Amino acid sequence: MNLTLRVWRQAGPTAPGRFETYEAKGVSEDSSFLEMLDTVNEGLIGAGHEPIEFMHDCREGICGTCALMINGQAHGPAERTTTCQLHMRTFSDGDEIIVEPWRAAGFPIVKDLVVDRSAFDRIIESGGYVSVATGSAQDANLIPIAKDSADIAMDAAACIGCGACVAACPNGAGQLFTAAKLMHLNSLPQGQPERYERTVAMVEVMEEHFGSCTNYGECEAACPKGISVDFIAAMNRDYRKALSRNRRSA
Amino acid sequence: MTVLDARVPEGPIETKWDDHRFAMKLVSPANKRKFSVIVVGTGLAGASAAATMGELGYNVKAFTFHDSARRAHSIAAQGGINAAKNYHGDGDSVHRLFHDTVKGGDFRSREANVHRLAEVSNNIIDQCVAQGVPFAREYGGLLDNRSFGGAQVSRTFYARGQTGQQLLLGAYQSLSAQVKAKTVELFNNTEMLDIVVVDGRAVGIVTRHLHTGEITSHAADAVVLATGGYSNVYYLSTNAMACNTSAIWRAHRKGAMFANPSFTQIHPTALPNSDELQSKLTLMSESLRNDGRIWVPKDLDEKRGPADIPDEDRDYFLERRYPAFGNLAPRDIASRAAKERVDAGYGVGPLKNGVYLDFSEATERLGRDVIEEKYGNLFEMYERITGENPYEVPMRIYPAPHYTMGGLWVDYELQTTIPGLFAIGEANFSDHGANRLGASALMQGLSDGYFVLPATIGNYLAPMLGKPKVDTSAPEFAEAERAVHEQNERFLSTNGTRTVDHYHRELGRIVWDYCGMERSREGLEKALSEIPALRTEFEANVRVLGSADTLNSSLEKAGRVADFFELAELMCRDALAREESCGGHFRVEYQTEDGEALRNDDEFAHVTAWEWSGDPSNPIEHREELRYESVQLATRSYK
Repeated sequence: MNLTLRVWRQAGPTAPGRFETYEAKGVSEDSSFLEMLDTVNEGLIGAGHEPIEFMHDCREGICGTCALMINGQAHGPAERTTTCQLHMRTFSDGDEIIVEPWRAAGFPIVKDLVVDRSAFDRIIESGGYVSVATGSAQDANLIPIAKDSADIAMDAAACIGCGACVAACPNGAGQLFTAAKLMHLNSLPQGQPERYERTVAMVEVMEEHFGSCTNYGECEAACPKGISVDFIAAMNRDYRKALSRNRRSA
Repeated sequence: MTVLDARVPEGPIETKWDDHRFAMKLVSPANKRKFSVIVVGTGLAGASAAATMGELGYNVKAFTFHDSARRAHSIAAQGGINAAKNYHGDGDSVHRLFHDTVKGGDFRSREANVHRLAEVSNNIIDQCVAQGVPFAREYGGLLDNRSFGGAQVSRTFYARGQTGQQLLLGAYQSLSAQVKAKTVELFNNTEMLDIVVVDGRAVGIVTRHLHTGEITSHAADAVVLATGGYSNVYYLSTNAMACNTSAIWRAHRKGAMFANPSFTQIHPTALPNSDELQSKLTLMSESLRNDGRIWVPKDLDEKRGPADIPDEDRDYFLERRYPAFGNLAPRDIASRAAKERVDAGYGVGPLKNGVYLDFSEATERLGRDVIEEKYGNLFEMYERITGENPYEVPMRIYPAPHYTMGGLWVDYELQTTIPGLFAIGEANFSDHGANRLGASALMQGLSDGYFVLPATIGNYLAPMLGKPKVDTSAPEFAEAERAVHEQNERFLSTNGTRTVDHYHRELGRIVWDYCGMERSREGLEKALSEIPALRTEFEANVRVLGSADTLNSSLEKAGRVADFFELAELMCRDALAREESCGGHFRVEYQTEDGEALRNDDEFAHVTAWEWSGDPSNPIEHREELRYESVQLATRSYK
């Protein structure tokens, strides 16, 4: 199939950006979206133009590196699919495709389609862990965990940290990511001792970097791992509890 | 040729590690803060090592070329992690895990290292559970296990099909806690481009910031490489796009010996190649072989769809050839058996380049719900890529390069032949011999990172207390920086006609054809004439546009592909020198009558470690003799 791409090009963080138009010809419907971009880049280099920079690595939907707005949708039109797992059979011959980087104030542009997502690391560093020094753990089966609790924790832990939730949100809010990370640990016995300190610390750092949640729900729809907005409600409950505990102890 | 001494402690194998931990010198808690350690790579091995050394009180500088430490390729491991817990009472023990791993590696690994690995396997599970890794559970709340290839017990712990992701997030979170505690300084988007050696000791690295192009020197008392494997030398592999050999290769060029480079693992269950432009091969977890049955049609001219082919017209070739292990035969054996059928013309799919992995029998026996619970995410991934629904049509699979057992030579303390330079995880060579068993890579990465290196590094650092330190003003740092600048300038000014990817693809084809699943003297010699010729053309004709002072992924790739060229030559030389078949190294000249690998223990029960001579075509060979005292050398049989 033949496609017309309109791709956001931007030389650096402070340089002005613009859309450039490229023709992608003879694209195989079995190739992935990123393989299509690889081919466009080979053509650009051949013609003496600098290739389009974009983020990618594992190309199997788990590392969370790839991140493109495709026709205005985070990771494109296929449900529960990262950009790297989006295949060209989703599109039709003659389509025009608009390709942009994540659009969010919390993710400044580095170059072309590459953004800086280090705000997510700051949230984890603020408390997204269980403090357990290496070698100090008891036998693993001394902590029985009901299967449904383990499953809920795993549902939250499946987050790949790609940032589609932020990019899809009209407010550029970071609630779904933060809630997924929090509720992974907060729903397990191992996460209880630090539960409330963790919640307050992570929510506060999240608010420094990202917008506010007004329950659009776009985040869940865009999430390639189908993380539920229910985790945001759970995070809010834990946050309120944490604040009231703080008041009591003050 | 010299004989390398791995400095394996004396005494019975069961107590070597304990005895050695007592014998090693310690750095007291108050003195640890006087030492700095550089860790390159933040996958399972790197993140766990950096976090643990940070907890111990060392000043750690951790480097990753990813935008976040959480993105290393460990994250893509699907199936699980082994441990000798014997929670299911099916006869497992430290000794059995040790024994299975030595045998699985076809008797080309170092016994003492493997035993230590099996010993600490249980601590890893404890540590990870305490961190909140959501391993699969049974209804009673206890941990669930499953089976993997090469084992007759259930010892694999898993978190759905995302075990690597969950273990890496655990290690990344521990690392993040140390970043907050300021014991670890983390450098993202920063690629190591050279190692700096002063007076024979590793004292630092030179890096390039991938966004700004800034070249920087970093000094430390010791350097740890945790930079993974080199399967991307084949161009098409299951590795992530950025995986490369550059860190260990540049260490090799500075004097670290490279061991068994030709020991590469071709994983049996990846998706077959679909077309020329394909950029990578996707793995389907080995755990699928627990319930899936592998077959091809018995008839060369089979025209029916898979569902219409009755059982008597199917050849379940693994069950036929290896009745005891069946579909769970080790990876090297399962891969070669699939290749044998496809080469003989029995392949399935439009390009006749795959074999079926069929769940219809298991779905009937267990119900679709159980299959979905166990493998749902893998089935979804398969459908997303191929457009076919594996609940209805059998999957099509074919072997793909996946893991490299070879790597930097390390002694018992994980130190390379450069004092002060350590290599952990897939970057070293020690534990898997000529073939790694499934679910053992995660185990080894975390064993090295959480438990082994943080203990052994003290033995190197302790005698250096109070001695003068080298800083980045040493001329060797300036020299290394100059070499990095020069290489970048050379790529940018070549202005040839072909892209870096073009040369990488061509190189990969040569290595896959002649140093892949099967090797022969004739083929290897051909590769050894083709690789240097292609390298010369690459150097003269590659086209890298743009500049070095901005994000430039072509420039990054050019440096990595240049190193792959030199490594590819060494792999072929190593494969040529090893005149036997063992594990993943199958030389067609050395096979039994029924096509199994024919080992030669009299002449080749050794590790081959190569020293850089300055000329990629003339490496210097050294050896470490392998002695088997606890496991008896025997011909592997999975029949």
